[in-house]
Amino acid sequence: MLRVENLSKSWKNFRFEGVSFEVKHGEYFIILGPSGAGKTMLLETIAGIFKPESGKILLEGKDITHLPPEKRKIAYIPQNYGLFPHLNTFENIAYGLRLRKYPIEEIQKEVYGVAEVLEISNLLGRDVKTLSGGEQQRVAIARALVLKPRLILLDEPFSSVDPNMRGRLMREMKRWRRELGFTAIHVTHSFEEAMFLGDRVGVMIGGKLEQVGEIGHVFSKPKNEMVARFLGHENVFEGQANGNTVEVGGLKIEISRTARGKIKIVIPPESILISKEKTTSSARNNFKASIQSFEDMGTIVKLGLRAGGLNFSAYITKASFIDMHLSEGEEVFISFKATSVHVFD
Amino acid sequence: MRDLFSIFLAIIGSFLVLYIILPIALMISLQLLDLNSLLNALGDELVLSSLANSILTSTATMLIALLFGVPLGYLLARTDFYGKSFVQAIIDLPVVIPHSVVGIMLLLAFSNAILDNYIGIIAAMLFVSASFTVNSARDGFAAIEEKVEFVARTLGASRLKAFFTVSLPLAMHSILTGAIMTWARAMSEVGAILIVAYYPKTAQVLVMDYFNNYGLNSAKPIAVILILLSLGLFVILRRVSIAKG
Repeated sequence: MLRVENLSKSWKNFRFEGVSFEVKHGEYFIILGPSGAGKTMLLETIAGIFKPESGKILLEGKDITHLPPEKRKIAYIPQNYGLFPHLNTFENIAYGLRLRKYPIEEIQKEVYGVAEVLEISNLLGRDVKTLSGGEQQRVAIARALVLKPRLILLDEPFSSVDPNMRGRLMREMKRWRRELGFTAIHVTHSFEEAMFLGDRVGVMIGGKLEQVGEIGHVFSKPKNEMVARFLGHENVFEGQANGNTVEVGGLKIEISRTARGKIKIVIPPESILISKEKTTSSARNNFKASIQSFEDMGTIVKLGLRAGGLNFSAYITKASFIDMHLSEGEEVFISFKATSVHVFD
Repeated sequence: MRDLFSIFLAIIGSFLVLYIILPIALMISLQLLDLNSLLNALGDELVLSSLANSILTSTATMLIALLFGVPLGYLLARTDFYGKSFVQAIIDLPVVIPHSVVGIMLLLAFSNAILDNYIGIIAAMLFVSASFTVNSARDGFAAIEEKVEFVARTLGASRLKAFFTVSLPLAMHSILTGAIMTWARAMSEVGAILIVAYYPKTAQVLVMDYFNNYGLNSAKPIAVILILLSLGLFVILRRVSIAKG
């Protein structure tokens, strides 16, 4: 329903360039990236607040690149929600309906309807300045959805609510989406939000949309080192490929395809097994390693290991950590399948 | 808070406070001992008409400053353009020009069109007081988060609609404060008015007239009326800022 083609813009310290992606009808699309990646400006350009320097924005097949924001039927919810402080909750939600000169009975019906779904009926008479972060967010969403926009743009919607509230709001967001059926682009730097809410994700780093795809696919198969590092992948190494092995840091690592020359590989920490004895399965890469550090993360322990000239990260359950009597300086074996090694193109 | 240094600062600082209070309190209390002359002044046709003239021209000045100052304030708050700092400097310039010089410049520029008429009084007042409205409007608009205006646009408001339904109501308090300051500054203008429009007589010019012709005691009742008027307005202004701020 929304197609962004080769969109570029730079303004002050912010920029993005050559951004292309598509959002399908009813989809929840996540734009994931570190702060300063140009995500907010991309959203505001889609909303029509900024004019792009080049590229096109198509909504339902129509070129809207040069349409003013009020003609786009795209709702925008900025990071701090942008509620109108001079209006109460009801009037905030009714704002767009009033502009469209709806009769008052209809305004009331629509506002009460959306307030019920968002569970803010009891807040309608309140001054918005007295609402909590989570309540403000609901009001902002109600204000946008009451107009039945074709697309809703959310900029870091959960960043200013406390962590407990965040989990609840994320679950609620899923429900609102089911009940009200909207298409959304949600900008965030949180993997958790992307994983929990997103249908598809676009990873944006340094003003470029580096990779777009199904959430699971992007997380397991990052396109390049930058995406991998941003997604929190550790164990990213550069080595010399020769057929289906890679020489790196004095280790010969088996990979599941053939490659030649300099390549980068990533070995997801969760795919690494730790044992005290050398395992003998031929499908595995097996290396002797020493424990450099460990970090207690609750039910799991994160290990820092050194094998050959490489530093690996791996996870182990706390129970196994205790069972195996592991400690710093201990010699162990690490093993992982050739198919777990992801090779960058 | 109650350390020696603070006490030291308080002693030094109280000089200015007392210095401002003393003449005001003295003049008002002296006049209260002499209610007759105050009542006489209030019955004096010339005093009343000059007060009416002052209030009328100050109010007109305020409205004109609002009409032209609010759009300019919005422009200064929201856009960057070549020569913006120059425009800003021009707006602030009248503050540093001696007001007699202002009067002479206005006469040179507009001569008979403003000589001794209401337009002349308003012209003099506007020149020296418009910056208060422009600057407060600018600050009021600048304090509104631009994203709020963006949101209004995505909800269907044109730029004009967003301005009238969101920006203007949100900046209204600041704009009103500036407008009242403009009004008060206009009421207190003398120098430029003396040169441009000695007539029709305004109260602030009449005080001077009476002082020059009949001495301190004759000028005092009108001075007290003006002071009470200004104080009353000042109290209202503070009330408004406290209520909204």
